Amino acid sequence: MDKVMTTPGTTGERIREYLESGKRFDERDLLEFRDIVIEKGISNKAEGSVRVKVGESEVLVGVKMDVGTPYPDSADKGNLIVTAELLPLSSPRYEAGPPKFPAIEVGRLIDRYIRESKFIQMEKLCITEGEKVWNVYVDIYSINDDGNLLDAAGIGAVAALKIAKIPGYNEETGKADYKHMTDKSLPLEKEMPVTITVHKVGKSFLVDPSREEEDLCDARVTFGIKGGVISSIQKGESNAIDFEIMKDVIDIAAKSVVELEKKIEKALK
Amino acid sequence: MAKKTENFERPDGRKLNELRPIKARVGVIPNADGSAIYQSGDTIAIAAVYGPKKMHPQHQQDPAKGVLRCSYNMMTFSVSDRIKPGTSRRSTEISKITEWALEPVLMLDKFPGQVIDIFIHIIQADAGTRCAGINAASMALAHAGVPMKNLVCSVSVGKLDKTLVVDLTKEEEDFEEGEGPTDIPVSMTPDGKITHLQLDGKIGPEQLKEVLDIGKKAIEEIYEIQKKALKEAFN
Amino acid sequence: MTERKIAIPGEIIAEGEDYLPGEWTEKREGKIYALKYGLIEEANKLLKIIPVSGTYSPRRGNVVIGKIENITFNGWVVDIGAPENAFLTVMEVPQYVNKDALEEVFDIGDMLVAKIWSMNKRGIDLSLKAKGLGKIDEGLIFEINPNKVPRVIGKEGSMINLIKDNTGCDITVGQNGRVLIEGDSIEGELKAKKAIMHIVEKSYIEGLTEEVENWFKSQGGLAPKREVSKDLEDDE
Repeated sequence: MDKVMTTPGTTGERIREYLESGKRFDERDLLEFRDIVIEKGISNKAEGSVRVKVGESEVLVGVKMDVGTPYPDSADKGNLIVTAELLPLSSPRYEAGPPKFPAIEVGRLIDRYIRESKFIQMEKLCITEGEKVWNVYVDIYSINDDGNLLDAAGIGAVAALKIAKIPGYNEETGKADYKHMTDKSLPLEKEMPVTITVHKVGKSFLVDPSREEEDLCDARVTFGIKGGVISSIQKGESNAIDFEIMKDVIDIAAKSVVELEKKIEKALK
Repeated sequence: MAKKTENFERPDGRKLNELRPIKARVGVIPNADGSAIYQSGDTIAIAAVYGPKKMHPQHQQDPAKGVLRCSYNMMTFSVSDRIKPGTSRRSTEISKITEWALEPVLMLDKFPGQVIDIFIHIIQADAGTRCAGINAASMALAHAGVPMKNLVCSVSVGKLDKTLVVDLTKEEEDFEEGEGPTDIPVSMTPDGKITHLQLDGKIGPEQLKEVLDIGKKAIEEIYEIQKKALKEAFN
Repeated sequence: MTERKIAIPGEIIAEGEDYLPGEWTEKREGKIYALKYGLIEEANKLLKIIPVSGTYSPRRGNVVIGKIENITFNGWVVDIGAPENAFLTVMEVPQYVNKDALEEVFDIGDMLVAKIWSMNKRGIDLSLKAKGLGKIDEGLIFEINPNKVPRVIGKEGSMINLIKDNTGCDITVGQNGRVLIEGDSIEGELKAKKAIMHIVEKSYIEGLTEEVENWFKSQGGLAPKREVSKDLEDDE
């Protein structure tokens, strides 16, 4: 059966009403994330890989590297390639076939958030300027969708990058040598970027929506933040947000991200 | 040949008829109607079942019986050389092989016009991924409450030079001495009905019959593990 | 209740002539095999499997909670979480229906409680002609595993009545695993939902009623249960 029917209207009214009194169905505060669990090393063939659970939402993220050619406008820098798949395995709502917009958006947003935060020092991934550089692939798969896969993917991407080890480089073939991995980590900034999405449901703003809350989302704003600096934003869904209210949204993101960072740090240990 | 068999040493020190350590669990995907994860050594497969449910698109409906639709895919980071996302010829073929392997135990006549979807993903690969996928899928189907005559279990039997071994690793698949490697993945019900058989390499008819006997024994072991996982999930 | 045993498909659950094969089993060469994952139940030498998982299989007479999917010239297509199409004709709605404006009665997305009055090759026919059926105007609706519905309802409604008494909510449990809760406060509704989720989780333990009673106690007493609490005092 359609175990994940979209949230019925009457339930939606209850959720909105409850949110207005500052409460959520699962007893969380409006700006509180669910428990985060990070399991490292889920594929020994990946340079770095993690399983991230945010409540019952779950994603797998793997980092792979190989040797490629740089783009002409960044001849001395490595390449970052991010993909995301919302697998039909993870929800009856996802269909098989070529990636649809929601999956493409997750990939795009995670790409921009890592790229713009300058988390990876791309210039250190150059092997021979203009000829050979490291490609860094971040591939994201949903395993169970219970809301907010986007932020879960963001956590997973950073965690997988943090634990990744660079493969050996075979001078003769000019290719990666996976049989001789180095013990070198990726060149990363010390401070990690965090992605956090603020959702507007009715008159309320909240983070880390459950699937039901996500169904009711009127608008959302995804922030990529590193060390208090915002480096990427996307406003999603077709409802406008008043410019004064947007200022509140920015405050909410800036404030909530501090708690979220602590939760991620704890889960990473 | 028997003597030669005894002297053969496997790279990981296993006995010739010894399976890799297996871990199996059902109920790993809350959204799915049934789900399972199956790990054999360093090969990990996860499977989810959705249905029986309405078949979309409608023109693919079979008014006489239900349709089983399998999709097998490897995650990009499941092997050393990253796989491009999306389906390939190989994954399309294995998806079909998996359908053929599982259909004989399903009572699809009970679901005319409907579909059962199985999604299999290989998280980490060290050979035998189609077998791990079939094992996970079979458990996920049972876990989903789909009516079945039996479970299906799958294993690859290998011939390395002249010696028969069960459950090949990637390293063994790449074996190059003597007659080289022959890979024979086989799927059966625990009572010995073969639902899937493939072979790549070279082997004589008599030895191939021996392969089936060896496969049958391994499958009985796998069945016990699948059975245990399903029983343990219930409390 | 004796210890409950779980069978997996293809497992032999009995041999010889002592037992007869019941639902989700079959007999071959003197052996009874399970055809589904579930609990083995024996009654009068008849062995059957009680499914513990799986999608909803509709049956005639089932009360279900549905969602209007589409409107046709003479009725509504309703999603009841079953693979078959379910249909409600205007004739099975016990009120005047303006055939030119069916959406005034039920619009797409509206939820309703209905009964399956007939099933055939074409699909499922629903009716609203009985007590307690009709449009859902408000309340909390959520889904549980449809196989757990009998446990949530309990023998002759004992379990669901226990929850109603302890929360003061009206509760409708659709056989398709959709549950409707209506109470005076959202807190009460959420408490009832939590109790139901607790039953779903513990559904096959022995002494489930007692377990649920204790659960309510652990959740801060039996607040709106007026008469019964007086009885308890009398006992002391």
